[in-house]
Amino acid sequence: MSQTIPPVLSVVPTRALVDETFKVVVENLPPASPVTLHALLYSEDKDYWEAYGHYVSDHRGTVSVAEDMSLGGTYTGKEAMGLLWSMRPEPGSRTGLRLRKREVTSPMLVHISVYSGHITEGFRKQSPLASVPTERWYMAPGVQRIEIKEKGVRGTFFIPPGPGPFPGLLDMWGGRGGLLEYRSALLASHGYASLALEYFSPSELQSADLQIQYFETAFNIIKDHPQVIPDKVGILGLSLGTMLAFNLVAESTKIKPRCCVCISGHHLVSNRLMIDGSLPNDPKKLRFDENNYLIRRDVVLPVPSDPSQKIDVRNIKCPMLLVNGDDDQNSPTVEAAEDIGNMMRSGGNLHLLSTLTYPDTGHLIEPPYSPHFRATTVRAPRTKEKVMILWGGQTKPHSDAQEDSWRKILAYLHHHLYSSTTPKAKM
Amino acid sequence: MSKTIPPVLSVVPTRALVDETFKVVVENLPPASPVTLHALLYSEDKDYWEAYGHYVSDHRGTVSVAEDMSLGGTYTGKEAMGLLWSMRPEPGSRTGLRLRKREVTSPMLVHISVYSGHITEGFRKQSPLASVPTERWYMAPGVQRIEIKEKGVRGTFFIPPGPGPFPGLLDMWGGGGGLLEYRSALLASHGYASLALEYFSPGELQSADLQMQYFETAFNIIKDHPQVIPDKVGILGLSLGTILAFYLAAESTKIKPRCCVCISGHHLASNRLMIDGSLPNDPKKTRFDENNYRIWRDVVLPVPSDPSQKIDMRKIKCPMLLVNGDDDQNSPTVEAAEDIANMMRSGGNLHLLSTLTYPNTGHLIEPPYSPHFRATNFIIPTATKEKVIVLWGGQSKPHSDAQEDSWRKILSFLQHHLCSSTIPKARM
Repeated sequence: MSQTIPPVLSVVPTRALVDETFKVVVENLPPASPVTLHALLYSEDKDYWEAYGHYVSDHRGTVSVAEDMSLGGTYTGKEAMGLLWSMRPEPGSRTGLRLRKREVTSPMLVHISVYSGHITEGFRKQSPLASVPTERWYMAPGVQRIEIKEKGVRGTFFIPPGPGPFPGLLDMWGGRGGLLEYRSALLASHGYASLALEYFSPSELQSADLQIQYFETAFNIIKDHPQVIPDKVGILGLSLGTMLAFNLVAESTKIKPRCCVCISGHHLVSNRLMIDGSLPNDPKKLRFDENNYLIRRDVVLPVPSDPSQKIDVRNIKCPMLLVNGDDDQNSPTVEAAEDIGNMMRSGGNLHLLSTLTYPDTGHLIEPPYSPHFRATTVRAPRTKEKVMILWGGQTKPHSDAQEDSWRKILAYLHHHLYSSTTPKAKM
Repeated sequence: MSKTIPPVLSVVPTRALVDETFKVVVENLPPASPVTLHALLYSEDKDYWEAYGHYVSDHRGTVSVAEDMSLGGTYTGKEAMGLLWSMRPEPGSRTGLRLRKREVTSPMLVHISVYSGHITEGFRKQSPLASVPTERWYMAPGVQRIEIKEKGVRGTFFIPPGPGPFPGLLDMWGGGGGLLEYRSALLASHGYASLALEYFSPGELQSADLQMQYFETAFNIIKDHPQVIPDKVGILGLSLGTILAFYLAAESTKIKPRCCVCISGHHLASNRLMIDGSLPNDPKKTRFDENNYRIWRDVVLPVPSDPSQKIDMRKIKCPMLLVNGDDDQNSPTVEAAEDIANMMRSGGNLHLLSTLTYPNTGHLIEPPYSPHFRATNFIIPTATKEKVIVLWGGQSKPHSDAQEDSWRKILSFLQHHLCSSTIPKARM
């Protein structure tokens, strides 16, 4: 009689880009057997992140995450990628954490394991039945990473492999400052020469130089690069980056973005934004939720009727895609989007506007399968005091929004930056 | 009016195991436009290998290698993976080359490019319209690679990731000698703890110690490893490795392989094989083809009727899968397989035998999408170490189909015999 055979766990593929899916399958279990599928990631910040789902094997002793229902855990239901998007810090970790990879030339290493029974904690102290590591990459092979320090502009430029030329993107992050490269690395892996722009150091927004000239120079660095098609350069922004994108496309006479993707932003700032970096900061309008998390969405409300108190979106001449969550607790993006629609209707350029609004989705709309953070720790710019900011969103709908919006963003960029009415290739 | 937009080439995925498929798509071409898809690999031996196919874009300006027909090149027809399996050395390269990766912890880097028009040469001197590198790996993340030098046994052991225990495999290569790790690395990526065994150095077969004891010791090293299930250890052999596998399975009283996969081998060696390593080498029976390549298949023919001149297949007690090509010019594997079946029928153990015979397929049946070599350089394993060109046989397209089909069936056979049991029971 043969010795007992352990279950066989397979993850296909074991190496993938972060926006690609995988299939997780367990075989050789007893029939109708309860097991827990688990994912574990040790972050650059030295925290453990995990997700898990409770499954029961079928009559053949198989569990297939893409086809079966999770009955409990950090996600439930039929969720092929639940083991990634439902990750949160291990119980007992520091609070208010956010998972964002800084080193993009190496993959995230996620360990997928299967445990006996339906367990909810103490995974690292037990021995799994089987375990497989899987690599999740932001960068495809051959993507070039170039540090930019030119004409005062600071950032990192990612260029797809091959001779090119390629469409370009100016990639602008949000109000926390510093430089995050992963989105540009991923965009380059999809064929866009993307510059992740650093425009102020963390927590130095007040003293930063947000003059329009800085962004125009950055845009031109992309446009003038020999491997970039000069009239196919767009802008992609998140949060503060979106506000800056609105301001650039509305006010700049020097650059002509081909299109803009504007995630979780608004236009409710005056021209002074690009002069003294003053974000509205009326303490009276800050609210706190039941956990004492900071809700900032009211600070710029109500929407002013005076156009001079807003970015004049009637000046915009390029197509724009707005991507918002209706549970954004940081910015009133939905109200702003409505007002933008009204302004552009009166300005006669409404045909340039497309808006995606996702239910129960918060502020931080990231590439697919990234974990969702309803609230995270931020240092207040002046006092450097640590506060918990409420971003909003419920994990499952927010993750669906990340998956759907990314696909639509890539299709939008492809349409405006890669296609033309008369297709013509450089032959 | 916008400036011209270059074609967009995508290869999905850009990182994969060598036996996984990819999709190569070109978009943004003018409609009905002729292009050449090209693959380029710079080998460890510093040769350039390439493949190419001629395509015409559809009305949307798209070419999809998985769906469209190649009209010419190193492959034709609808061949999703033609850019890999039809590779051969660039014209002007050294002759008789073979592509086998020695360093398995790093991927092969294949550059996929698209060129304007239907071109057939000089690819490296021209500028492609677009180009994407893609990684092809023998090893999945987490597979352990352990060099074995234990009890006289030499080899490399590959163990899948995770606690295990796993089924095991003794992986035995052919008469070229030395140590090739890539097949064991790939098998470990599929869940088998596989030991690639070195049993003689290149060219030293005659003086090698091929005693059964060496192979039994190697088998037991696998079986006794804490991460291996002791009664789920099989043997996989190619060419000479298959002859040795037959011998072990028939004659050894010390080891009990759970199953055997026997590629391109025969049983037409006497017991002396494991005493003086004498591979039959009757010069009178060596033939030469029109290119003066050596055909060795006749050397052990005709099949002897005297059982003492053959490995006694009637003694085999484990399931065996034979994988052969009917255009094998190196060994008479098809004739041997027929005789094996006759012996096993008379021995009452025919039920253990399964045989796969592939048409127009040669001797070197490798993992899928590996290039096909009809004839390559070979160092004769005698004291003189003479370099000759040996004819292995096979035609590229059917041989490549055979590699793809046989690998799938081999993995299925191994899973059936080493991973399943009639009463599924997991260690819970």
